[in-house]
Amino acid sequence: MATMARSFLQAISKDEAVAPPLRVVQIEGLAVLKIIKHCKEFAPTLVTGQLLGLDVGSVLEVTNCFPFPVRDDDEEIEADGANYQLEMMRCLREVNVDNNTVGWYQSTVLGSYQTVELIETFMNYQENIKRCVCIIYDPSKADLGVLALKALKLSDSFMELYRGGNFTGEKLREKNFSWMDIFEEIPIKVSNSALVSAFMTELETDTPVSQGDYDRLHSSTTPFLENNMEFLIKCMDDLSMEQQKFQYYYRNLSRQQAQQQAWLQKRRTENMARKATGEEPLPEEDPSNPIFKPIPEPSRLESFLITNQVSNFCGQINGVAGQNFSRLYLTKALHEN
Amino acid sequence: MAAASEHTVLQFVAPSLTASPTTPVLTARIHPLVIFNVCDCFVRRPDSAERVIGTLLGSILPDGTVDIRNSYAVPHNESSDQVAVDIDYHHNMLASHLKVNPKEIIVGWYSTGAGVNGGSALIHDFYAREVTNPIHLTVDTGFTNGEGTIKAFVSSNLSLGDRQLAAQFQEIPVDLRMVEAERLGFDLLKSTAVDKLPNDLEGMELTMERLLTLINDVHKYVDSVVEGQTTPDNNIGRFIADAIASLPKLPPQVFDNLANDSLQDQLLLLYLSSITRTQLSLAEKLNTAAQML
Repeated sequence: MATMARSFLQAISKDEAVAPPLRVVQIEGLAVLKIIKHCKEFAPTLVTGQLLGLDVGSVLEVTNCFPFPVRDDDEEIEADGANYQLEMMRCLREVNVDNNTVGWYQSTVLGSYQTVELIETFMNYQENIKRCVCIIYDPSKADLGVLALKALKLSDSFMELYRGGNFTGEKLREKNFSWMDIFEEIPIKVSNSALVSAFMTELETDTPVSQGDYDRLHSSTTPFLENNMEFLIKCMDDLSMEQQKFQYYYRNLSRQQAQQQAWLQKRRTENMARKATGEEPLPEEDPSNPIFKPIPEPSRLESFLITNQVSNFCGQINGVAGQNFSRLYLTKALHEN
Repeated sequence: MAAASEHTVLQFVAPSLTASPTTPVLTARIHPLVIFNVCDCFVRRPDSAERVIGTLLGSILPDGTVDIRNSYAVPHNESSDQVAVDIDYHHNMLASHLKVNPKEIIVGWYSTGAGVNGGSALIHDFYAREVTNPIHLTVDTGFTNGEGTIKAFVSSNLSLGDRQLAAQFQEIPVDLRMVEAERLGFDLLKSTAVDKLPNDLEGMELTMERLLTLINDVHKYVDSVVEGQTTPDNNIGRFIADAIASLPKLPPQVFDNLANDSLQDQLLLLYLSSITRTQLSLAEKLNTAAQML
């Protein structure tokens, strides 16, 4: 099965030089449950794991996954981790699980996943697998009865920019690139085998109200909102720090330009005088002069990411507050009856 | 042998008694992931295999309940009187799993099929060497009697003096922990394909609808009792009274104040987040404009 799948994959990659864009991530219920179990058991520690599956046209199928042990910075353990990964893949292949890496999953706290690390990991994966995806699960939201599962990829234009390695204002303007264009969210589909579906139908409890309903009607969302606000404030601080960096840069830049102008002016008058006396004019540029050394422009990546996070927190606050309205009106209606 | 014959009795040693004398009754608590895993392995079994087996991981709770949280398949070969289990594979996989979660230890093994057969005793023996008193879980993936039966067994030895005669599989109660599956939503797990994940508001709507139907049901029931169509049931009456009593009794004035206060809090938050968003888009426009100059 696995070899067949691989040859199928190879066939695809040979036949189509330009792969169709990734439209849907189809994930099996088994993988969803595994991700949730792993992320929840270790929360609030952030954990990661590998996704296994198949790449079929514009659909990326995630059929299984396995967790990574919690990482330490120790080098030895890192090598151990690589061994673990190989071993796990080998073992899973033996029981006919698709052993084709399609990406990784990770847990997050309140959706603050937009980090440089994630981008670096993604680029690493991207080198080996043409099409990969990152699935993000937020255990903190599960208590609100929300299934916070997201499939993300970096946009092609961002990857191009990242490979180029410069996030200067000029480049970004050229590409018409904004902070919203870093991540692309891919819609998730859930699929189950017929057998699983039969079992779940069989085992479904008869009660009309499920645990999810209880969670959703729970009226104390204050801690969640509080945490969100706290994160938002922190992000705003970071953002203003970044802004200050830019201001500092612009101030330096304009000062430098003024200096250059002054120097040029001086040189010109000097040249005029030299011309008058019949001497050779001096060159109008002097690379040895420190004022002509270009000041490096700070990267905009960080501020873009922070902006992304801020917008994410805003979205969450909006969502939860919106739900709270419904809850409040519900309680009100209950009371009036 | 002759001397011993006077004392020879068929002894029934319940292993649970030897393992933990205070808690003779074991319960197996199964998480939905295990069932998913078993089904997946069965679907992906080799062509020749009749059934799949695998190791169950989890922990034994202080009250004697065996909490089965995870599992992995183990390749094996079965002929009429021989069973070959890939022990290396089993150990490799166990080591890998322990790296991730050292708290999950072997608690038993599973197999697909309707019940216990000859080979099961042999495999069970193997697992009994790995862990004391393993649990044997059977998942009927064939739906032989029209339903997917999930059963758990412990084995107990029938011994004659010191000699073991046979192993007896004793069924123990199974407690399916479907709470996690409920959290996810059965709608998501039940069907073979779901096109999109439900978002926050849709979930809320669904929940409200369910609540409404529940209230309506109660309403109808009470009405029919009052009109004398249904014979009153004291238990149901008490449940309804409890449910109504769980609403805190507040004077309308106080409640209105409370509701309005929280409404205003929420509005403030909404306002704040909207203003932040506006700021962001404004900042972006300004940033790009600044670069133009």
